[in-house]
Amino acid sequence: MAKHRVVVIGGGLAGLSAAMKMAELNIHTDLVSLVPARRSHSVCAQGGINSVNQVTRQLGDSEWNHFDDTVYGGDFLNEQPPARDMCYWAPRIVDLLDRIGVTFNRLPEGDRDARRFGGTLYPRTAFAGATTGQQMLYGLDEQVRRWEVAGLVTRYDFYDFLGPILDDKGNCRGVTVQDLYSMKIRALPADAVMLATGGLGVIFGKSTNSTICTGAATARAYKVGVKYANPEFIQVHPTAIPGTDKHRLMSESARGEGGRVWVPRKKGDTRPPESIPEQERWYFLEEKYPTYGNLVPRDIATREIFWVCREGYSASPVNYAAYLDLTHLSAERIEKLEGILEIYEKFVGTDPRKTPMLIFPAVHYSMGGLWCDYQKDTQTGGLVIGSPRNQVTNIPGLYAIGEGDYQYHGANRLGANSLLSCIFAGLVAAEGMPQWLKHLPGNTDAASLPQTFFDSEARRHQQAYEQLLRASGKVNPFALHMELGTEMTKYCTVVRHNNELQTLIDEIGDMTERYKQVGLPDTGNWTNQTVRFVRELGDMLVLARAIAQGALQRDECRGAHYKPQFALPGPTADDPAELHRQAQEYCKAFRAQTAQWLKTTIAEYTPEGPKVSYKPIDTSLIPPRPRTYGLKGAAIIERVWREMQTKPAVASAE
Amino acid sequence: MPEYVTVRVKRQDGLDSPSYWETFRIAYQPRMNVTTCLQQIALNPVTLEGRKTTPVAYDAACLEEVCGSCTMNINGSVRQACSTLVEALRKENPNEITLEPMTKYPVMRDLAVDRSRMFRDLKRIKAWIPVDGYYDLGPGPRISPKLQHQLYPYSRCMTCGCCTEACPQYTKDNRFIGAFAISLTVLFNSHPTGAVLKEDRLKELMEPGGISECGQAQNCLRVCPKSVPNVTGIAQGYRQVTAQWFKNLFSR
Ligand code: FES
Repeated sequence: MAKHRVVVIGGGLAGLSAAMKMAELNIHTDLVSLVPARRSHSVCAQGGINSVNQVTRQLGDSEWNHFDDTVYGGDFLNEQPPARDMCYWAPRIVDLLDRIGVTFNRLPEGDRDARRFGGTLYPRTAFAGATTGQQMLYGLDEQVRRWEVAGLVTRYDFYDFLGPILDDKGNCRGVTVQDLYSMKIRALPADAVMLATGGLGVIFGKSTNSTICTGAATARAYKVGVKYANPEFIQVHPTAIPGTDKHRLMSESARGEGGRVWVPRKKGDTRPPESIPEQERWYFLEEKYPTYGNLVPRDIATREIFWVCREGYSASPVNYAAYLDLTHLSAERIEKLEGILEIYEKFVGTDPRKTPMLIFPAVHYSMGGLWCDYQKDTQTGGLVIGSPRNQVTNIPGLYAIGEGDYQYHGANRLGANSLLSCIFAGLVAAEGMPQWLKHLPGNTDAASLPQTFFDSEARRHQQAYEQLLRASGKVNPFALHMELGTEMTKYCTVVRHNNELQTLIDEIGDMTERYKQVGLPDTGNWTNQTVRFVRELGDMLVLARAIAQGALQRDECRGAHYKPQFALPGPTADDPAELHRQAQEYCKAFRAQTAQWLKTTIAEYTPEGPKVSYKPIDTSLIPPRPRTYGLKGAAIIERVWREMQTKPAVASAE
Repeated sequence: MPEYVTVRVKRQDGLDSPSYWETFRIAYQPRMNVTTCLQQIALNPVTLEGRKTTPVAYDAACLEEVCGSCTMNINGSVRQACSTLVEALRKENPNEITLEPMTKYPVMRDLAVDRSRMFRDLKRIKAWIPVDGYYDLGPGPRISPKLQHQLYPYSRCMTCGCCTEACPQYTKDNRFIGAFAISLTVLFNSHPTGAVLKEDRLKELMEPGGISECGQAQNCLRVCPKSVPNVTGIAQGYRQVTAQWFKNLFSR
């Protein structure tokens, strides 16, 4: 029987891969989750998982290209060593998923099929219909169940994570959790803790995320001193179906299979889309980005859709929307998208096979997350696999993996890289455990610490819980949450302005004050879902503050973070000499921006608000370059940039 | 378009508490679903009679019919609260919507039930592929598109429990494994590596509480929100069990 115990919080792809791998290494996992693992948010991932495959390799692709696309897509804010290894491991990870029974789509000879996704020119994305995340989650859950039977995993479903337990030296020694049926609070001692608790879309009210993605676990770690990195980088997915309770994702795979985005050329054209002739449709992405077309990276597609709607070209008279058109696709391609077309049909009521879908951007993913470390292999530039430094936060023994970490996606995540990063981070963290457990701080394992130490932590949380139950103020927590969501969406998503961000921060401050006056409509001590939500709301306010603060202080445009005030004007002139001069200006401005802003935002919690500082990032493998995606003027920018790199003396003399 | 929706909810405070009904009136929004109704009740937990009450407990996560959390009886039929639109319900009954918890599982509170039995039953049928480990051992077996097409519909089962709720043979206190588990047995037995455990799985299906409890009511097929071909699955399960039975007979 394994001697050490590791607690994993969260039963999505990251948590499950860690638990599965640790079981293989004979390490016991206590798997704590708000919902049974099969109901985790990973289940919502639709499109697929990226890796170089046999076909793309013969088209000239390589792991390095995947890495380069990831970093270019992320606008160079990714930590390069872990991002590199993620891409190098990708083919192995997809093979592993294949072996554990994920029902990937197949080609006639029995090999895996693949489709193209955003931000790349290669068809790298393996998929299982349009429910890839669901199939992968099940595959991993089933492996973990196997280890559960073997005694190496214990599940705690319907448990809430209340916070890590730190000893007086600041090492993590366990967690406090609450049974959400009996509401009993208890401590779980652990020799290491992995937070695999996912994203935070619920802070924005309606998003593509599940109701459990509140970021509360991240906040609970942040509040005891874990650094929170790049909070301001929030991905807004270009194509979602607006709804009353959430915005449902319409996967990028719809465009990967050939779906086209358009609006009527004539403002306020109210004809049904089928009756608008081809030449009166504006395929604005294809027009502006001839190379990538509808598959530009998400941040760009989102801004373009947002922009055409704001300019008055919305496809809907009542709100902002664009068409995502699949009506021209072959039956074979349509079949690969069934899972998501069903969703549209069920929730909207029209058939997307016959009528173009109405879509609009929605908050989708957090690139930022808990800061964590890595150990670099100086030979490969990747990671030292097996090092316990990989994925560890600034608190020894406390790890962060999955959407809740920050390293892999920089300022913008590429489609079909999230399933990959979650599994990679889980595996890599697990690989570091044998070393970590061999040299625990003070050579003491959690089991030999006095029970009173754990009891007192549980008691502290018990008191906080009881106090919250008694909260009888006038403020309605559900209404307060709606207000937070509305304000965050309005001021802190696609387009950001400093004066508005300042307003937002003031409002969050005000809401935080009002939160203290909250009243609990349910004071019962059995399966009280309201108290859990109210506790989460307090944590959402804490993270919202960090997101807004990070956004306010970063005066530039990078990936998903876009402030028009600081946009670099691209070259537009027709005269070649003038165009060249403008490109030089652009490149100089780009270089200055890189020097000033290519760094990780670090937020540290204080009761007065986040303390923000910056940390340099490792760009040793791929030096930054302007991110143009074939926009007008791209060729000249790239040429001038290359000249500046090869002749730095000349460039700086200009 | 109606101005209000009337929602009647069967409530229960705890495991062994008696149940009672409460009625709510909620402002109608176009395209709203049952989960939105429950969210609106939480926002203003006051009954039709104007009495203050508590928000209704229920399970939910994805809100897009893929996680299986929100199963309940809506107007007497089992389905997902998140993908059931109020507009469609008005065609069934224009006056009110009734919400009740599933009846085959312990009610923890209101509409939230404990379905852990389903996950325990996945252990009974060894619902996993027994791979040799998680090191890099190359790709999995080649699988024809035809087989993939057969397997994929089964792999979409989201353990929501609709099939068990609608099944006359599945009861609170028997051991019947239920349609979903039989279908998943077929899924794992059909996978080239998964087939290694085929005999173990079929043995479980031959035990009391196994496949022979199925009364062929076929409700499992009708109610499945993900169109899992449960009836085909059960028929295949029967064939496999029979073949195994003969094999056991002759190898004795
Ligand atoms: S909430 Fe996931 S199926 Fe309804």
